[in-house]
Amino acid sequence: MAGRTLFDKLWAAHVVDELPDGRFLLHIDRHILHEVTSPQAFSGLRLRGRTVRNPEMTFATSDHIVSTEPDRTDDTVPGGAALIRALRSNARAAGITLFDLGDVRQGIVHVIGPELGLVLPGMTVACGDSHTGTVGALGALAWGVGTSEVEHILATQTAILERPRRMRIFFTGKPARGVGAKDFILALISKIGAAGATGYAVEYAGPAIAALGVEERMTVCNMSVEAGARMGFIAPDEKVIDFLRGRPYAPRSPLFEQAAERWRELCSDEDAAFDAEVAFDVSGLAPQVSWGTSPEQTIGVDGVVPDPDSFAEPGRRDAARKALRYMGLEPGMPLHGLPIGKVFIGSCTNSRLADLRAAAEVVRGRKVARGVRALVVPGSGTVKQQAEAEGLAQIFVDAGFEWRAPGCSMCAGLNADKVAPGERCAATSNRNFEGRQGPGSRTHLVSPVMAAAAAIRGCIADVRSLL
Amino acid sequence: MSAARPVIRGVAAPLPRENIDTDQIIPKHHLITVERQGLGRGLFSEWRFAPDGTERQDFVLNQPPFRSAKILVAGANFGCGSSREHAVWALLDYGIEAVVSSAFASIFEENAAKNALATIRLSEPDLRALVAAIDALPGAETTVDLQACMVVAPDGQRFRFEMAPARRRALIEGLDEIGMTLERADRIAAFQQRDRQQRPWVYDIPGRREEAPASHDNSPRRHT
Repeated sequence: MAGRTLFDKLWAAHVVDELPDGRFLLHIDRHILHEVTSPQAFSGLRLRGRTVRNPEMTFATSDHIVSTEPDRTDDTVPGGAALIRALRSNARAAGITLFDLGDVRQGIVHVIGPELGLVLPGMTVACGDSHTGTVGALGALAWGVGTSEVEHILATQTAILERPRRMRIFFTGKPARGVGAKDFILALISKIGAAGATGYAVEYAGPAIAALGVEERMTVCNMSVEAGARMGFIAPDEKVIDFLRGRPYAPRSPLFEQAAERWRELCSDEDAAFDAEVAFDVSGLAPQVSWGTSPEQTIGVDGVVPDPDSFAEPGRRDAARKALRYMGLEPGMPLHGLPIGKVFIGSCTNSRLADLRAAAEVVRGRKVARGVRALVVPGSGTVKQQAEAEGLAQIFVDAGFEWRAPGCSMCAGLNADKVAPGERCAATSNRNFEGRQGPGSRTHLVSPVMAAAAAIRGCIADVRSLL
Repeated sequence: MSAARPVIRGVAAPLPRENIDTDQIIPKHHLITVERQGLGRGLFSEWRFAPDGTERQDFVLNQPPFRSAKILVAGANFGCGSSREHAVWALLDYGIEAVVSSAFASIFEENAAKNALATIRLSEPDLRALVAAIDALPGAETTVDLQACMVVAPDGQRFRFEMAPARRRALIEGLDEIGMTLERADRIAAFQQRDRQQRPWVYDIPGRREEAPASHDNSPRRHT
């Protein structure tokens, strides 16, 4: 019998039932809620007199619409209070643990899940947010769902899924200095396209992935959905087990050791077959910068803006033309040197301690360029506290960065943290869509060290010149 | 729910652009709501309206034959990006009952199915031919026949599409999926009971047992 992939093992361990129509009923081990996509799910339950089946496996926080002002309240963002309070009252009524504003554990859903040990290897995790795949970096099967599915999971602790196909993306090579996880995934998406992995569950593997820290692996898994995949994951190793030991919601000894034994078995068998395989060599990769309005529109910082006519497919050609018009760019222009007005270091892609440490290394002893507004938004209260304790916050503040309170901030663009129309922003987030960071905003997706370099130089710059 | 029926017939608006993401379908400021209704006015609002609120005449849904479109014909990877179900609610609230494309983003397609918004997949060449046919006869009716799995263009060209029977039935009849799953409550309970023996750490969560009613300023046990 042929070996099984990690996906096959995770999937099989959660199938409650196969439905007559060929879809599957899967158990959900952890369901994480936030304020923007859950209110309608709770009202749906109330409408039909249904209750939350397993509140003890459900956790909630407010992150999308919260202000990142240090003295924020429910009301700081106009209209936000209704959502924040709805989550509060829904969580209380159902007996769901809420990491609320004012709680140091509050933060971006995909940051606090691993950080608190809510998410463990081998689990299924659902959340009403497309970037839920992030936590697949721990060896969990995690995916984003819509509000109707949130309601379904609340009522039944299960989700209905079609079985996805299996893709393995194998990263080899040794990256240059200044090149890391964000560059891997951006370059990969530019290679396979924004729908390149649609319908697939993606396993990231290979020596270049194994060499990454756990938090950096989350950056890779985070952007799976930007290639179309709902789920992206990595087999757990000792780094993951060490990362989880002692986390507040992780099992304690001796159960932890027992669990870890099982987690070590979570990997694809050597003879396992995938429906698709992609190989990617990160040697020689330059730091990546997006030039367009889809994450697939990305090139190395040493490259030039492509000519739309260079794309063979009419759809891509047309999309490139529209993107260049929106971004105010011309074919052949170098990205390097393009003046920027804002810098955003944060989001579920890049707001963890490893990200802030890397960015602070570049910033240390330097100043934010005149005319640039630069924000650092830690992913959680815990990250914020740790970054302050180890002096990172001071490095940013001394350089002229704003040091904010945790939340999705300028990635979701729901609060006051916005980019002005026509303004360029070097952002560590995951989406450069039209208007994503505010109407007319022009987003260039980069890594944390590249964002730091842009802040210092006042333009898109190659971080390798600052290392 | 159940906006769809066996046959959706009406004006089809062409929007043949790739990677139309949910931020375009329903820009974020419309997400500040606890309701599902009333989102139609936010549909494509950045493309439909100038900053002063006036309509942009170059946008298809502002042009007379297409204002009352029931069908949207869009480029590949429609609905990529955020998981916001608001995108589906906005399309339905505006009056769109079917979206035709060559490919849909997975979460959007799932959300559409839950709300009986039909998502019809045609091949790239068929999609181009459909757009050309609509461009040639703007305002003439297009038909999406869910029973026959056929799109009939304004000029009578017919394009077959595939759709899983379960999805087709759900669109036509409208189903209460949660109710159906709740009928399997015994299987869910049996799974959990069995699984609890296998993976007790999934069910026994020490951090939760120890939660104080006021959990403010609790530092995590370990710093990394």
